[in-house]
Parts: sequence; structure tokens; C-alpha cells
Amino acid sequence: MSLNNIFAISGSAMSAQTIRLNTVASNIANADTVSSSEEQTYRARKPVFSAMMQDSMRAYGWNEVSNDEFGAGVGVEVKGIVESDAPLQPRYEPDHPMANETGYVYYSNVNPVEEMADMMSASRSFQTNVEVMNSAKSMMQKMLTLGQS
Amino acid sequence: MAISFGTAFAGHDKFLQFRSDRSAVLANNIANADTPNFKARDITFSSAMSKAQGDSLKMRATNSKHFEITSNSINEDDGLFYRVASQPSLDGNTVDLQREQAEFAQNSLQFDTSFMFLDRKISSMKKALNGGL
Repeated sequence: MSLNNIFAISGSAMSAQTIRLNTVASNIANADTVSSSEEQTYRARKPVFSAMMQDSMRAYGWNEVSNDEFGAGVGVEVKGIVESDAPLQPRYEPDHPMANETGYVYYSNVNPVEEMADMMSASRSFQTNVEVMNSAKSMMQKMLTLGQS
Repeated sequence: MAISFGTAFAGHDKFLQFRSDRSAVLANNIANADTPNFKARDITFSSAMSKAQGDSLKMRATNSKHFEITSNSINEDDGLFYRVASQPSLDGNTVDLQREQAEFAQNSLQFDTSFMFLDRKISSMKKALNGGL
């Protein structure tokens, strides 16, 4: 029954969006952090989404996709989290306690506007998947009442 | 003589199965709305029907010595086809979230319709068994 798969599909998407929201929270929290060297500076983090392959879904305890079922239920997974390559902001602040010997501090490359837009997109996508899960739930509940009237 | 469920349900059970299959496909599109390079997919009732009947593109056999060629190429993807994107996107994703949501809502309404038909079929069979009581 493919209605069962909807819970796993929407669930995987909800968990992926939660990870995305987590990276947004981390980025916004660290938007103004500084460090004295380029390597130690916080860089914006982004999750990499990819469509889940059926083999990896089987490892999650999914039903074997047989011939009579549509090989569509895959879901989404987070392949990993990457750091942004955008240039850091070196600022000449010799009075700063974190300044290096040349008087520079490095600010993170987080773009707060981009992060806010990302946050809205992630929460909208999360809501959509909750709605999908609710409809699947009501469809399944309805199936249980078949032939009772 | 015997009541055959297959004919009594008049295909509404198959339709219900198709609706739940399609809802999984649409849920997958919605789940991958933010996945780069994901291509939205869908199934139609005719593609599912021809797969269920297994008679898509059959050769006509006019002689008993004619071989039957089962064509796997026409429905190799289980009747799934790719959506034509309404507009190109930078990350190669073809999911139109609004459209998918609309399709999903329509699909669950059609599921309810099929369910109602099937439910009425069952209750009429019950009525026939009880002698109209």
C-alpha cells in the first residue's frame, strides 16, 4: 500500500527541512562572530539535498518496490553540509581584542538576508509536507471505514 | 452464481489503488521541492491502466506461429512520466509547488469519490444479501 510510503516520504522531507532550518539558525547566530585568522572564521553552512535512491530507502526499512508498485516513492535526503566559499570580510580594527598582528579581524561570510529568505522557504516547505501527511492520514483513516455504512 | 468481487466493484478498487499510488508520486514531488536537479514526475490513469492490463503496444497475431513481443521499452518506467516544466529554474528542479499541491488536493478528492463508490457498492451487496432489510 503506497499510502504507507507517504509517511516516509513526507517524513524524510520534514527532517531535511529541519536540518536546513538548523543550519539557518546556526548561520544567523554566528553572523557576527569574528576570528583572527581566515581558517578559524565561521563560514555559512548549507545542506545539500538529493533525491533518495531506492537502495538507501531499503536500508531505512522500506518496502521492496515490486513490479506492481510504482517506483516513485523515494523521498529526500541530506547528502551533507557544505561551507560557503563566499569571501570573508577582513576589517581593519586594531583595537579589537581578536585582531591579529597586522590589525585585521575576519568576519564571517553569512548573508543575513539570504538566511532569512532560506528560513521562510524551509518553514513553508515543512508546512506543506505536514499538510501532505495529514491528507494521507485522513485517506488511510477513511480506508478503515470501508464497508461499515 | 457466485458473487465475484472483481466484477461487482466495477474497477473502483483498482481506481482506489491508482489514487493512492499517485498520491505517493505527488508527495514525492512535494518532498523534493527544494532538491537540485530533481525532475517532477506523475502518472496518468491510462498509463497505469495499460500497465495493469499489460497490453501496451502488442503486435497483432494472425497466425498461431507468430511470436508475441512484449515491449518493455514503452513502459519501462512503470508508467511514470516527467512533468513538462512551466518555467526553467536555475537549479534544474522542475517541481512547481503550487501545481503539485493542487494536484494532490484533487487527487485526494478523487480518492474520496472512488471510496464513496466502493462503499456504496459494498452496502448494496450487503442489502442484496439481507434481502433488502
